[in-house]
Amino acid sequence: MRSIVDTVQPLGHRRSKYSGEKSPTSLIFLLLIWACLAFSFLFLVVLIVTTIIDGSNKFTSTLFTEYPASSPERAGARPAILGSVWVIATTAVLTIPLGVAAAVHLEEFADKKLWINRVIELNVQNLAAVPAIVYGLLALAFLTLLGVQNKNIVIGGALALSLLILPVIIISTREAIRSVPLEIRQGSMALGASKWQTVWRQVLPASVPGIATGSILALSRALGEAAPLLVLGALVFVSFDPNGILSGFTTMPIQIFNWTGRPQAGFQELAAAASILLLGLLVLMNGLAIYIRNRFQTRW
Amino acid sequence: MNSSSHVPTAAERRSLEDDTLLHQQPGMAVHLTGRRRAATLPDKPDETILSVKDVDVYYGKFRAVTGVNLDFGLNEITALIGPSGCGKSTLLRTLNRMNDLVEGARVDGSITFRGTDMYAPEVDAIEVRRRIGMVFQKPNPFPKSIYDNIAYGPRVTGMKVENMDDLVEEALTKSALWGEVKDKLKQSAFGLSGGQQQRLCIARTIAVKPDVILMDEPASALDPISTMRIEDLMHELRREYTIVIVTHNMQQAARVADRTAFFTALADEGTGDRTGVLVEYGKTSQIFEDPKDQRTEDYISGRFG
Amino acid sequence: MTAVQEKGGPASAPGRPAPSPFKGKKRPGEAIIILVLRLAAVVTVLTTIGILLALLIPSLGFFREVPVTEFLFGDRWSPRFADASFGVLPLISATLWTTGIALLIAVPLGLGAAVLLSEYASPRLRRILKPILEILAGVPTVVYGYFALTFVQATVLREWVGLDTGAFSVLAAGLVMGVMIVPTVASISEDAMSAVPGALRQGSAALGANRMQTSMRVVFPAALSGIVAAIVLGVSRAVGETMIVALAAGSQARVVGNPLEQGQTMTGFIANAALGDSRVGSIEYDTLFAVGLLLFLITLLVNFISIRFVRRFREAY
Repeated sequence: MRSIVDTVQPLGHRRSKYSGEKSPTSLIFLLLIWACLAFSFLFLVVLIVTTIIDGSNKFTSTLFTEYPASSPERAGARPAILGSVWVIATTAVLTIPLGVAAAVHLEEFADKKLWINRVIELNVQNLAAVPAIVYGLLALAFLTLLGVQNKNIVIGGALALSLLILPVIIISTREAIRSVPLEIRQGSMALGASKWQTVWRQVLPASVPGIATGSILALSRALGEAAPLLVLGALVFVSFDPNGILSGFTTMPIQIFNWTGRPQAGFQELAAAASILLLGLLVLMNGLAIYIRNRFQTRW
Repeated sequence: MNSSSHVPTAAERRSLEDDTLLHQQPGMAVHLTGRRRAATLPDKPDETILSVKDVDVYYGKFRAVTGVNLDFGLNEITALIGPSGCGKSTLLRTLNRMNDLVEGARVDGSITFRGTDMYAPEVDAIEVRRRIGMVFQKPNPFPKSIYDNIAYGPRVTGMKVENMDDLVEEALTKSALWGEVKDKLKQSAFGLSGGQQQRLCIARTIAVKPDVILMDEPASALDPISTMRIEDLMHELRREYTIVIVTHNMQQAARVADRTAFFTALADEGTGDRTGVLVEYGKTSQIFEDPKDQRTEDYISGRFG
Repeated sequence: MTAVQEKGGPASAPGRPAPSPFKGKKRPGEAIIILVLRLAAVVTVLTTIGILLALLIPSLGFFREVPVTEFLFGDRWSPRFADASFGVLPLISATLWTTGIALLIAVPLGLGAAVLLSEYASPRLRRILKPILEILAGVPTVVYGYFALTFVQATVLREWVGLDTGAFSVLAAGLVMGVMIVPTVASISEDAMSAVPGALRQGSAALGANRMQTSMRVVFPAALSGIVAAIVLGVSRAVGETMIVALAAGSQARVVGNPLEQGQTMTGFIANAALGDSRVGSIEYDTLFAVGLLLFLITLLVNFISIRFVRRFREAY
């Protein structure tokens, strides 16, 4: 190493011209890759600023208290907000236990040499990349099979969104479980704890912050998702508060889609106002996830 | 009393040591007991608690240990020493079936605990580990309070405990930690020093009342003072428990162990794979002062390893 | 104390009955729990089977009415008109346009960001930049759609650039979709580049190469399969994206000739068709699933390619 440096050093004038860190091509390259990131960030800033400018007029209490209406002046997103709460809460109840259970099986109990477990693993990877709208078609077909007439119900939407984020929750839970050191498992087993006792009393409690972080991020994705619900027919005029898992519903992203598509400028302002609310909620959820990760994560 | 002509019975020996211990500071006791034991220890264990016969350990196709025969004496401290890669830790982990947790691990031969084959199909490995506890190289307290670390074992094994507080106190007292932690039982075990954490791990093991405690280089991650305290503790514990310790530190083996087993690794001529074998096993005094095998002597005298 | 210990020691107590063999407790509860866990994992497989059945069964109904060749190679898509025609090429062409435009944006931007983060940024800078990049991935697609329609198409392309385009275009949808998948391309590529051993970089630096040369000639080729996986996954996301194209690309299903035209993608069609009330068992209803099946198969193929490349990369390092 030393000898290479020694032989290169006398050629300093060549290096500065052709291959030094400050050569023109090198600087242009650095400028270009910074421009890549800068453009993406600028895009984000413009998106947020234009949305806020467009929607600030309509970001009033009316948005929260009123029902959709034919005139933009009187229209609000109350049922959409409540619908989102219902659908996301139901999704959380359905998918977190299922995802955590599947992750525990894959990470702790599955015999990796068994073909079925390898298939499951590959399958989870693939499901994570299946288009969201396909989950809508799955839920639609499933409800049809059950003979449900009105498919735009909370449980139907939650079913589609649950299956959509299930792989995300499985993958993040597995990472959280994997970060618990082997020593802790061995310490527990050496005291005569069974495998399940070790998982239940040591591994899972230590993974809770990671699981919570992953689940919140997955739910925030579900909160912003519209495509599968669109397939179930959630784009309807809902003028009542959803009140149960069999209730009809619409959600915020669907309401935004609906208002964006209307020709009147007033509705587009409403769409922007609802977007502000949705973005704000997502920022809150992401902030909460980061807080949990930093505050409660066990440092081994 | 300890004249060479009179061979004391096991009971006599114990009471004799207790007399000594009663009147000595713990630190002093180590060396006194060590010497006394050497003088009074029979050539073969009076009573065998763990018996290893013709044991080979495999990881997949790789043979880590081969042809080991060893009898561990009841209430004795046995040290397993040897250069790295000689299979001593591997063998230790087969003694309470911790090796089961390693994928592809397999044990040939027989290991019996009080005459029961612990690898028999009807045997529950979990029950084995309850009877034969293990302390690891790196202190591994659970991310819980000191109290809950101790209470964990009794809780998961479903021990009938009349008063958990008493049990926790007893375990911490036996592991010489009670005085230091009695006012902060509800605090996280992560707040303890490395040496305290290791004694907590020993206390945690004692709490489930095992018969044997396996220790895998329990002091290698600790400073000299903490190491000394752990060694003192082992001498205290020997009166109630059988201890098997793996150590890299020959002085440690000489200080604490009643008997010592020396392992080394032989390279396979064809594949170059190194397989651990037992070279020599005997009273610690004999292994260190009068080794029968040249390889033992080379290792003890620092010429190899 | 000594006396008590003498007797109390479990191993040395006289008269203690011989220890029973290690007959463990039966743990039926645990066996049930472990079974439940396994079932939860099996749900993921059932989901895939469910998707296949859900798409295949109505599609079979569809293909009884419409020959596969007409579906795949026909260039007129008008399932709702009296003289219905089911050539899927118009939908494919719009999907290709939006995906292609998105990749033109996402690949350079994503790779540039990845090189910066992996090869140039200090750990501190990376901790600041990465979360901001991840916000881009967290913006709901319907908000991107709103932005594509009202700002990118209406303000930027028509007013500022003065392009001759209508209310919708595949260009606006593709551009915004491109930025949306920048984080996908960037984060997977960055992982791949970061995994390249430092020794390779040092070797290159020791030969007098600067960071640009090291990045482009050493790190980039070494991380290539990971980068390909990132791009392929980006393709999958672009093909499956729905809300942006539903809002900004338009809803006329014609073969798209240039990016300023409007067009309907496969996902756009499913979203739009679902708005109408399709009777179960009708040809309209079945059409949804036939297009869904095609979409699923395309993304499935693309995903497996991506997974293969990731595997190859993981094996290398």
